[in-house]
Amino acid sequence: MNRIIKFIVLDILKNKIVLVYTIILSILSWSVFSLEDNSTKGLLTLLNVILLTVPLVSVVFSTIYIYNSSEFIELLLSQPIKRSKIWWSLFFGLSASLLLSFFIGTGIPILFYAPSDVGVMMLLVGFFITTVFVAIAFLSSIITRDKAKGIGIAIMLWLFFALLFDGLILFILFQFADYPIEKMMVAVTAFNPIDLARILILLHLDVSAMMGYTGAIFKDFFGTSLGIVIAFFILLLWIIIPFWISLLKFKRKDL
Amino acid sequence: MIEINNLSKSFGKLKVLNSVNLSCKQGECIALIGPNGCGKTTLIKSILGMVIPSEGTIKFKEEYISKNFEYRKHIGYMPQIGRYPDNMTIGQILEMIKEIRKSEEKLDEDLLHQFKLQALFNKRMSTLSGGTTQKVSATLAFLFNPDVLILDEPTAGLDPLASEILKEKIITEKQKGKLILITSHLLSELDDLITQIIFMQDGVVQFHKTIDDLKSSTGEERISKAIAKILKDRNNE
Repeated sequence: MNRIIKFIVLDILKNKIVLVYTIILSILSWSVFSLEDNSTKGLLTLLNVILLTVPLVSVVFSTIYIYNSSEFIELLLSQPIKRSKIWWSLFFGLSASLLLSFFIGTGIPILFYAPSDVGVMMLLVGFFITTVFVAIAFLSSIITRDKAKGIGIAIMLWLFFALLFDGLILFILFQFADYPIEKMMVAVTAFNPIDLARILILLHLDVSAMMGYTGAIFKDFFGTSLGIVIAFFILLLWIIIPFWISLLKFKRKDL
Repeated sequence: MIEINNLSKSFGKLKVLNSVNLSCKQGECIALIGPNGCGKTTLIKSILGMVIPSEGTIKFKEEYISKNFEYRKHIGYMPQIGRYPDNMTIGQILEMIKEIRKSEEKLDEDLLHQFKLQALFNKRMSTLSGGTTQKVSATLAFLFNPDVLILDEPTAGLDPLASEILKEKIITEKQKGKLILITSHLLSELDDLITQIIFMQDGVVQFHKTIDDLKSSTGEERISKAIAKILKDRNNE
């Protein structure tokens, strides 16, 4: 393993916030599953909790961590190390630590109580969402030098994807209720990784039958294996594009 | 060894460096002086690749430094204000840099011993005084026996004893034929070290002269007086 990643991971693991995050996820998951006798219901409850907390913690913690690493970055830059390597290592280190705590906190209970397709899908979706929001954190922290502003941008982005986006969609749906826009809606979800993740899981639970006509259209698309592949590919783009933009900016940054 | 060609750098509207041309060769000990905010640190950071120039090129050992990073292993850099990860100890910082560099060459730990840093190995960087932080920076700069030493205000914040140790070290390295670049605005303490002077003002190199040249052209024995005289003459023009 790359030595810089090692130092970053060790540093993050020493950080108590990641430990607390793991413990909270773990308490949530174990209690959700032991409260419900039906593991599908448990998954559904857990899904909503995960889709709120995981992005928030990933994006805010990563943004703060990147700002606090400015000294570390500066120290490494005067050494014979490639700029992009420093940025990549930070990305890998942060993602790896957050993925690890997600796996310990949520993955183990899921595999224990719901070792089904949906359970595995949920785990995968959680991994993707974590990494997507780490990538978004890289973007928001390179946009501005001001730490408070950067964290503000990160929180606004989380708010937008977790809450505002759905509100906007509902608004559009009601405004254009008379028009056949259901198919377009499938495309619109690609602009929100959290929605994409939610739909991917919901459609693999039996509850999707209750979602009406729009639900049927969604099922038509996301229910097929091609649809799933495309959805995961879009999630992958949500990792690559923000991080790639941040990398380009970091290469030109004056320190 | 270092060739700077037409280097310019602007931060927004502020032009910090304005077509700087410089050439530094091995064995020279150069003082980079000038008033605060004249672009000394920006120039140094450009050489290190920490600041990306707006225009112009820098060559290190006949190779362009843009998109290159290997050349930095030949440079020991001591920043003006060393910034280190707060929650790491002195020992961890040194270990980390050593591990990342994994240099096969023999480490130069003279300063480590002379500054008695081993006694402080378990102290966190955030608890260190400015002077001790400077000692760590100096130790790191000399640690890998680099061919070029770039020292940004090396003695600022050091107590007289430590400052003397550092000066002795600089002289020893100079005698080994290394290129040493020092910035400072305190002239007197440089008198016995340097062979050349670069004077910068408002992002422009005003002159680059050898000490003998400077002394003979002004007729002054002390460097500070010689520079003051040149500046006065220019103001009168």
